[in-house]
Amino acid sequence: MKTLRILQTPGGDDGQGTVPPSAFHVDEHEHHDPAPTVQLGFWIYLMSDCILFAGLFATFAVLSQNFAGGPTGRELFDLPYVAVETALLLLSSLSYGAAMLAVNAGRRGAVMFWLAVTFLLGLAFIGMELNEFHHMIAEGAGPDRSGFLSAFFTLVGTHGLHVTSGLVWMAIMMVQLGLRGLNPTTNRRLMCLSLFWHFLDIVWIGVFSFVYLLGAAA
Amino acid sequence: MSMIFGKLTLKDIPLQEPIIVGATLFMGVVAFATVWLITRHKKWGYLWNEWFTSVDHKKIGIMYIMLAFVMLMRGFADAVMMRTQQAVAVAGATGYLPPDHYDQIFTAHGVIMIFFMAMPFVIGLMNVVVPLQIGARDVAFPFLNSLSFWLTVAGAALINVSLAVGEFARTGWLAYPPLSELSFSPGVGVDYYLWSLQISGVGTTLAGVNFIATILKMRAPGMTLMRMPVFTWTTLCTNILIVAAFPILTVTLALLSLDRYLGMHFFTNDMGGNPMMYVNLIWAWGHPEVYILILPMFGAFSEIISTFSGKSLFGYKSMVYATMAIAVLSFIVWLHHFFTMGAGANVNAFFGITTMIISVPTGVKIFNWLFTMYRGRVRFTTPVLWTIGFMITFTVGGMTGVMMALPAADFVLHNSLFLIAHFHNAIIGGVVFGCFAALNYWFPKAFGFTLNERLGKASFWCWLIGFYVAFVPLYALGFMGMTRRLNHYDNPAWQPWLIVAAVGAGIILLGIMFQIAQLVVSVWKREEYRDVTGDPWGGRTLEWSVSSPPPFYNFAATPVVHDIDAWHDMKKRGQTGVPSHFAPIHMPRDTGAGFIIGMLCIPLGFALVWHIWWLAIASFVGTVAVAIVHSFNEDRDYYVLAEQVAEIEGRRTPALAGEA
Repeated sequence: MKTLRILQTPGGDDGQGTVPPSAFHVDEHEHHDPAPTVQLGFWIYLMSDCILFAGLFATFAVLSQNFAGGPTGRELFDLPYVAVETALLLLSSLSYGAAMLAVNAGRRGAVMFWLAVTFLLGLAFIGMELNEFHHMIAEGAGPDRSGFLSAFFTLVGTHGLHVTSGLVWMAIMMVQLGLRGLNPTTNRRLMCLSLFWHFLDIVWIGVFSFVYLLGAAA
Repeated sequence: MSMIFGKLTLKDIPLQEPIIVGATLFMGVVAFATVWLITRHKKWGYLWNEWFTSVDHKKIGIMYIMLAFVMLMRGFADAVMMRTQQAVAVAGATGYLPPDHYDQIFTAHGVIMIFFMAMPFVIGLMNVVVPLQIGARDVAFPFLNSLSFWLTVAGAALINVSLAVGEFARTGWLAYPPLSELSFSPGVGVDYYLWSLQISGVGTTLAGVNFIATILKMRAPGMTLMRMPVFTWTTLCTNILIVAAFPILTVTLALLSLDRYLGMHFFTNDMGGNPMMYVNLIWAWGHPEVYILILPMFGAFSEIISTFSGKSLFGYKSMVYATMAIAVLSFIVWLHHFFTMGAGANVNAFFGITTMIISVPTGVKIFNWLFTMYRGRVRFTTPVLWTIGFMITFTVGGMTGVMMALPAADFVLHNSLFLIAHFHNAIIGGVVFGCFAALNYWFPKAFGFTLNERLGKASFWCWLIGFYVAFVPLYALGFMGMTRRLNHYDNPAWQPWLIVAAVGAGIILLGIMFQIAQLVVSVWKREEYRDVTGDPWGGRTLEWSVSSPPPFYNFAATPVVHDIDAWHDMKKRGQTGVPSHFAPIHMPRDTGAGFIIGMLCIPLGFALVWHIWWLAIASFVGTVAVAIVHSFNEDRDYYVLAEQVAEIEGRRTPALAGEA
């Protein structure tokens, strides 16, 4: 057995050749802040979700004129109603922004307040959407009526399911804030939820423009 | 009753089919024996603590590969049944498999081999190797990694349940509508297909997110992107493809499910549906998928050929750019799977040309490997034999692919056995050979002992010869006009070729036997094959700088990288010892949440297949509840104290120092 080679570790070597090369970094001065990695991961997840919506938008584009003798978007869509829905969701993005400002200021009460406002706005949006779906189905314009309506209900419904899971997430965050207050973990999660919430807003702008505005104009 | 059991009745257990009953009994006996042995040796606690709840990337990787092996056995049994059926079912003879069963077999063969053999194998390799190659202690999201794995297991379990309860799809592995619609496939087969792929697909997408974050954020200091090992590069590209392509699969399967469950009209013949849209969507996922499988293998071959030629890889940069080019191009070739759709000459010409272009970067890689070997001291170990077998076989497969890239030629060859021969040429010659090369190469790193070379080589030769004997006749049969998925046929001129193909399958079976023997003998003689150095092959990348198997924290101290072949560079500079002192190591804590959520997805999928709504709701609520409870768990990580690290390293370093 040869003698054990012990390597001195001068430290400070970042592999860029600024100091003499060493083999190891022993003293891990980085403080294991997982937030940047989590945020990158969450962005990548959002991009995968974006492709999921892209698939649904493409499907809607292909089927958007396949009415099969059934009602068209022009006959079904009530633009002022959808405009209110849209306003609710956009306002909820604004209130979530206010919540994030409060997070940065470290004011838990304000965070709770703005999260509650966001939650109610999101809930109202989902309520209006369900009401719209209910009316369409009652009129015989359900998702099984035509290819167009299948694509419509699926695209809008998938967005609605995302908003609903965002609401569940928000409720859990409020519980965790109540129990544990603002700490690195809750802050990180609120940041991810913020990305998620604004992302859904952007998707909705696509839905409003391509499904409702173009559909009602056609 | 239907409130409790949905559509499920006793009649759905296929007792009238002796082959299925036999297979089910066999699975039952194996499962029972496994449970009995584990109980007898009181290993449940060990399994739970060390494996089921583990978030260690190395253990998760090993479990992925074990799953792949189990499913390979099932998929290969399907292949043997198809080959023997076609060898006998000629001119009035119907063979021993009724069409109804035969159609399930070829569907299950494709689904299992792609989704539950190749995918778990590839993801398992990434798990074992990538964190070690980049000098990391684990993946970016260890809990998510465990969840991904158990979701894959749930999907595989669901497919195996379909054998015993109900039926599997009879639609072919991509379940084209309108055949897969409720009106033409009223049974539960397609539903099993949909939910098993949907559940495992979610796991795969999460794995993709995880590996991109891992590679981009957790590399050792000094490892710039252009210093990453090629396997890590190809893993990165593959995971980008996973994140970009798997959501399309999720959407496509979800839309077909909506057609079947809620009477929607995405892909129906009537009411405004469009079946060809499904074919476009599924191949917009499906073509990137074949590159998802092959790119990591390109990486593995690169590592192997460089190590065993004793040279750094020829043309590292061109290898990286070729990989990226393939990743991008893989999204604009999908229509070549259905030139016969009638999209028009211009569309077909576009996709024909892009298909020919995508073969160029692959050609670049072949030449890089050849030039790496050129003037190297090549050691002809088992991994190298697999690599050379790959280079020849895959090139042949690539060339027959380019033949079919000509739309005019494809109109003749479409859905013939020529196509079957082509893609097996690429997938077996590429992915399967790659899996076995990588297995032989990295096995000592994962388990601490090398595999028996003699049996490994025997296995290689059987696979290589068996492959050509089994698939070259299929090229000929394609030219003779034989189409795929035939249960029986009238043309006696085809039979001799099909008998030869069946013999080929037999030779491959021999290869698989040798592989099993190789594993058994190597475990038996593991003390003799023990790798005490951590670097049995004279490796060049960081995974060989730690002991075999590595300690659970991988690296006692984070390595600093100065070169592409980081470990080779350290050896050259004599920096191969142990650090002079240790610091505490930050590690993730094990959790059972991923296992529980994954296992709840089995009743969830089963209930959705059989319309057992109460169970579906209960299991779904269960998965969400477990996830929420897990989100309240703050105790997710801990520090390994410096003294503990010193003690563990002290037990290992005498062996490590032998190399130094």
